[in-house]
Amino acid sequence: MVEIERDNDTLTVKLKGDIDHHRCADLRRKIDARADSERPKTLILDFSCVQFMDSSGVGLVMGRYRQMSLLGGRLKVINVNDNINRVFRLSGLESLGVME
Amino acid sequence: MNIVNEMNLNFEAKSINESFARSAVSSFVLSLDPTIAELSDIKTAVSEAVTNCIVHAYGYQGGTIYINARITDTGRIIIKVRDKGCGIPDVKQAMEPLYTTGGEERAGLGFAVMQSFMDRVQVRSAVLKGTTVTMEKAIIRCAKNERPQ
Repeated sequence: MVEIERDNDTLTVKLKGDIDHHRCADLRRKIDARADSERPKTLILDFSCVQFMDSSGVGLVMGRYRQMSLLGGRLKVINVNDNINRVFRLSGLESLGVME
Repeated sequence: MNIVNEMNLNFEAKSINESFARSAVSSFVLSLDPTIAELSDIKTAVSEAVTNCIVHAYGYQGGTIYINARITDTGRIIIKVRDKGCGIPDVKQAMEPLYTTGGEERAGLGFAVMQSFMDRVQVRSAVLKGTTVTMEKAIIRCAKNERPQ
């Protein structure tokens, strides 16, 4: 349900399916384990295969933003569809400069 | 305003049921021929309400979540999500954006999302008795050939 690929200093997480509270715990574990061990400069969360997300996904992104800040790296969120983007806009995440 | 269709759903407050709950309600709403955006709004609002029951009302200890959904002859969907959990001592505070008691990975946006994505949201709660969230949304009817593809 998630693919994580390393390319030089970038770790790309290809998220798949619905992102809700149930999915987030597992996603957090998998992403944090890879980021902690590999310490990439950039962590990319790719939403191109995500059809649904509720505000749990905002918590997931905010948590990874904090984690990458602690590791001295940065977070990028890419390929977000319009419905999911409405949830992100409500959260004010755009002000963090992670949305592309 | 008359009720033309109604459904009731009771299920365990387990996180694996979040997708089941939103899928069941969105399937019920399909008879109103909603747009994809309207359906997405309803799914998101239901997911938020159900997650609140699991995380906050029952504190991951389990319980039963009750959903009642009604369709009116004016094309409105009225959804009630009810629990018999701990209740909310201060509903006004709980509905403030970014307020959460669910830990740092909870965004505190549940009610803000419900209010933004639905036309009307009402919360009634009693401490140690439970909470009922009632959400309403008008489904804009138009000819299929006028719908955005």
